Amino acid sequence: MRMPLSWLAEYTDLAPGARGADVAASLVRVGLEEEDLHGGDITGPLVVGRVLSFELEPQKNGKTIRWCTVDVGQNGQMLTEGKHQEIVCGAHNFEVGDLVVCVLPGAVLPGGFAISARKTYGHVSNGMICAEDEIGLGHDHEGIIVLSRLLGEERAATLSPGDDAIALLGLADETVETNVTPDRGYCFSVRGLAREYWHAQGSPEGGYRDPADVATPVATPGGYPVELKDDSPIDGNDGCDRYVARIVRGIDPTRPSPPWMSKRLTQMGMRPISLAVDVTNYVMLAVGQPLHAFDVDRLSGSIVVRRARSGEVLTTLDDVERTLHTDDLLITDGGEQPLAIAGVMGAASSEVSDTTTGVLIEAAHFDPTTVARSSRRHRLITEASKRFERGVDPKVTAAAAQLAVDLLVEHGGGTVDDAVTDVDRTSERTAYLLDVTEPARIVGVDYPRERVVGILRDLGCVVDESGEGTDDTHVLVTPPSWRPDLVDAPDYAEEVARIDGYNNIPSITPTPSDGRGLTHAQKARRVVADALAGAGLTEVLSYPFVAEELADQLMLPADDDRRHAVRLANPLSEERPLLRTSVLASLVDTLRRNVARGHKDVAIYELGLVVRPGGPIGTAPIPGVAARPDAETLEQLYAAVPAQPRRAGILATGQAEQAGWWGPGRAADWSDMVAAVQTVAAALAVPVAVANDPGHAPWHPGRCARITLADGTLVGHAGELHPKVVAALELPARTVAAEFDVDVLVAASSEPVQARPFSTFPPAMTDIALLVAADVAAADVESALRSGAGESLESVVLFDVYEGERIDAGHRSLAYRLTFRAPDRTLTTDEVNDFRDAAVAAAASATGAVQR
Amino acid sequence: MSGPNTNYDPVEVSALDPANLDAAVQDAVAAIAAATSLDDLKAARIAHQGEKSPLALANREIGALPPSAKAEAGKRVGQARARVSQALSARQAELEAERDERILVDERVDVTVPALRRQLGARHPIELVAQRLVDAFVGMGWEVAEGPELESEWLNFDALNLGPDHPARQMQDTFFLDPVDSGLVLRTQTSPVQIRTMLEQEPPIYVVAPGKVFRTDDLDATHTPVFHQIECLAIDKGLTMAHLRGALDAFVRIMFGEETRTRVRANYFPFTEPSMETDFLCFACHGEETWGSAEPCRTCGGSGWIELGGSGMVNRKVLRTCGIDPDVYSGFAFGLGIERALQLRHGVQGMHEIVEGDVRFSQQFGMGV
Repeated sequence: MRMPLSWLAEYTDLAPGARGADVAASLVRVGLEEEDLHGGDITGPLVVGRVLSFELEPQKNGKTIRWCTVDVGQNGQMLTEGKHQEIVCGAHNFEVGDLVVCVLPGAVLPGGFAISARKTYGHVSNGMICAEDEIGLGHDHEGIIVLSRLLGEERAATLSPGDDAIALLGLADETVETNVTPDRGYCFSVRGLAREYWHAQGSPEGGYRDPADVATPVATPGGYPVELKDDSPIDGNDGCDRYVARIVRGIDPTRPSPPWMSKRLTQMGMRPISLAVDVTNYVMLAVGQPLHAFDVDRLSGSIVVRRARSGEVLTTLDDVERTLHTDDLLITDGGEQPLAIAGVMGAASSEVSDTTTGVLIEAAHFDPTTVARSSRRHRLITEASKRFERGVDPKVTAAAAQLAVDLLVEHGGGTVDDAVTDVDRTSERTAYLLDVTEPARIVGVDYPRERVVGILRDLGCVVDESGEGTDDTHVLVTPPSWRPDLVDAPDYAEEVARIDGYNNIPSITPTPSDGRGLTHAQKARRVVADALAGAGLTEVLSYPFVAEELADQLMLPADDDRRHAVRLANPLSEERPLLRTSVLASLVDTLRRNVARGHKDVAIYELGLVVRPGGPIGTAPIPGVAARPDAETLEQLYAAVPAQPRRAGILATGQAEQAGWWGPGRAADWSDMVAAVQTVAAALAVPVAVANDPGHAPWHPGRCARITLADGTLVGHAGELHPKVVAALELPARTVAAEFDVDVLVAASSEPVQARPFSTFPPAMTDIALLVAADVAAADVESALRSGAGESLESVVLFDVYEGERIDAGHRSLAYRLTFRAPDRTLTTDEVNDFRDAAVAAAASATGAVQR
Repeated sequence: MSGPNTNYDPVEVSALDPANLDAAVQDAVAAIAAATSLDDLKAARIAHQGEKSPLALANREIGALPPSAKAEAGKRVGQARARVSQALSARQAELEAERDERILVDERVDVTVPALRRQLGARHPIELVAQRLVDAFVGMGWEVAEGPELESEWLNFDALNLGPDHPARQMQDTFFLDPVDSGLVLRTQTSPVQIRTMLEQEPPIYVVAPGKVFRTDDLDATHTPVFHQIECLAIDKGLTMAHLRGALDAFVRIMFGEETRTRVRANYFPFTEPSMETDFLCFACHGEETWGSAEPCRTCGGSGWIELGGSGMVNRKVLRTCGIDPDVYSGFAFGLGIERALQLRHGVQGMHEIVEGDVRFSQQFGMGV
């Protein structure tokens, strides 16, 4: 919401010497955030100019500039050289004869941008024809300002070349723009903002002049007939509970809006259109009540406010035909012809035109929810809908109509009908019994009773200190009509804190007494993340949105659980409508992006949730909020949320170890991925087993490790990606990957590690070489060795693998070093030999291994 | 060699002659001193201390002496041999020291050649910033609460006093699951974790909830559809806005240091009443490139301030929805965007680098920030 300082000063007293930034700072103190500051930083000459001629000049850079001659009156080159101003202009949205805004050499535009005659595109340009953003009028830079379009033909007709555009456009006057929160609809008016500024100044006695404080007539018989017929109120609230209609006839449609009004509308970011429309907008900006002006001569029946019928259609002022919903509230002519979507936008059919002489002013109060829903449903956010959905003062209705009537009579030469329509179904607010110590309890500042009562009265509340229920600490508070948000003690506490100043709230560090620190899972997840980073992987974060075809690209089997992805109803991109079921799925893009940026050696990981519904999506209940839902409902609520396990994904390509003075590098291969998972497991002290897994997508069937806990629970997979997957996803050849379930590892690590005693006697080592068939897994051989070697076995290390001429084809030789150690003695050679033989025998029977 | 001879006068045995002994010692010492390497010294040792050295021969002659002469001769020979031994070990030590010194010189390498053979890994700074904030609050006795990212609509909206007509519930802000009537959304805030906590725990409650949240914004310099928040919730007897400020101040100190300039102002959020907004002095322009400057600051939009995040006293309606009696307990909640904290603390100007996963971004931060 904008507010020129000059307008603010009409309703309240500005602090001496206050500039725009000071006003903005004052408003921030009472909770209105500054959004922008316009105007006030231009020094002239900035004048009205009339384009006399221009020549089109194509430029080498492809642009075509206009070399213009502009009449700027007795200014610029007319004074120095006796000729019209010569200006180069890049815009094309104007014609010869248009009135424009010219900044001449010597002027300074917002941001300290000094204007001088300068050579450009082969000419000396004596200034500039301005666009809105260049003079701080708005943000529009689509073309230059054409005054007939900005101010309206009527207003433009009164202007002459050379007129001061700073005064014309109110640019000397600073305009503060603030952000209005949804609970403060009244601040969508200068009336409301001025009130807040006055509060920020300490609410000095007599310092606020309410523009809505005007005498209004009561309803009379014979007013224009209005019927409020809402037969399906939303949440029990009538769509319209107040409707004031006033008629002004005999308006001269050729009369323009007064210049001061056009200027103010321009400062507020609105376009002047015609007197009738400008007056409704002006009054809305002044007091916050949206008004609608109907051409009374185009109305045939009574005004009936009702809900739309199914299938009913209305073409709104923006020329869009809208199919209405039965929740839409309509203003209709005689109950049939729709004239407007109440509080949102009118129809073209009854709009005031340039021949309208009789105007019916509608000042009504519409239900916020009704307007909000219509506004969203039709994607129509208008000045009216913004205000109604945040709540308009139901008591300002008649005053707003009166202000509009007065302006139409004064500036349009019209006469007001004596008959007045005012259908009023609003109810009085009831008083709230406020404990005056409550603000102190909520805010933590010891506000005395007088301070609380004083602030509430300044805010416009009626505070009754002697009514029923009042005592030393209780008063009856009736909030002002423009504050529908004030309902109970916390609302009043916020007001007291806000006006007294949020900065007066002390800072007390809360001291919880029984925090138990991070849970095991929270700590363990950090260990996982740190272990992976410690292993040389870089953590990244990827978006969880994936494409449907990804499941095929990953070669997932038809019945794979990872194909059961949930779908977004409104994805950012239709190409990626699914939520990932694996972390790898979304890491692929990240790897590709890194490779595309020239990183050849990339090893990345991510820890995150994936969605595994495991079945059809249920429906989560939406219980009421008045009380805690019952246990069964809560159970359903939690159960309806699909399972979201936390998984880790790893992708790597390029060199795992760099080439250097030490020798050649080493490419990342399947074993780096297995090692990464083993590193994580070891960091959590969780024993895991590795097996060959020839059938798990998206891995290479011959280079995929299945990693399990000791009890067989699946942890994840690691290895090289399937070459077809690599090709389909356009990844570098031999890209390697791992994915594992973090929750499984975390759960497996939850019991405290129990220390095993270790021997201090000397170890005995013995090496063996076993010949096994090539398809026998080393892990199986090792497992057999361990089972046969007895309790004195300390470690088994596979230190060499040989395949080649010296052994039978289709076989491998595996060389192991077995280390034995007894807890209580030094083992003898004979004992060690026996253990070794037992181990070999176990391997032989389990895997067919033969000792070489 | 002579046999034992009891009449023998030791003086008359030439090998035992003091002058000869002296000469042998002189020869040995000279040879030892002349040794320039451990090998030379070894040769000198054999020549002058070995079995065939003059002193060894002399020693053997002692046995042939009559007992009366043995002591005298033995003493003389012993002294001579000791002198040679001493010279040998002194020279040995010298030569070993020289050799050790030389080895160290010979083994010199250029340690400035690259030492890292493997790439180093790194954590993502979003995670690190969240961890830092969490740790500080855990240190003050708070606990960490978590919840799912795909969440029920009721927990994400209704329970937080965001009714069916609230603008945030529109499709242009929130990702809804298909079918839309499933009542599931990608959480738009970490606040549903508050609700879950309040539904499941008895007060007092002091929790921080970091996590991923989702809004239907396209990626640009200040927006990303997936971002991170951290939220604090305290429910206890007697909590006031002063405690809220205290917790917020702690947050700011932890993250940005004691010098950080903030301001607080009223704001509006459905789930808190009263509500409060905290702003920072803009980290990019320090409040100096405001409106009216030649180029108003892009980071703060020219206001000079950046919103840290919303906060307030938990709305009584929300407490009731969670089964907590608002007449007994009060509480506060506040949240902030971790991306913003990262930008603020580490001078990250845009949003793209945070979300793109370019390894260079994470690698700047190492394992901790």
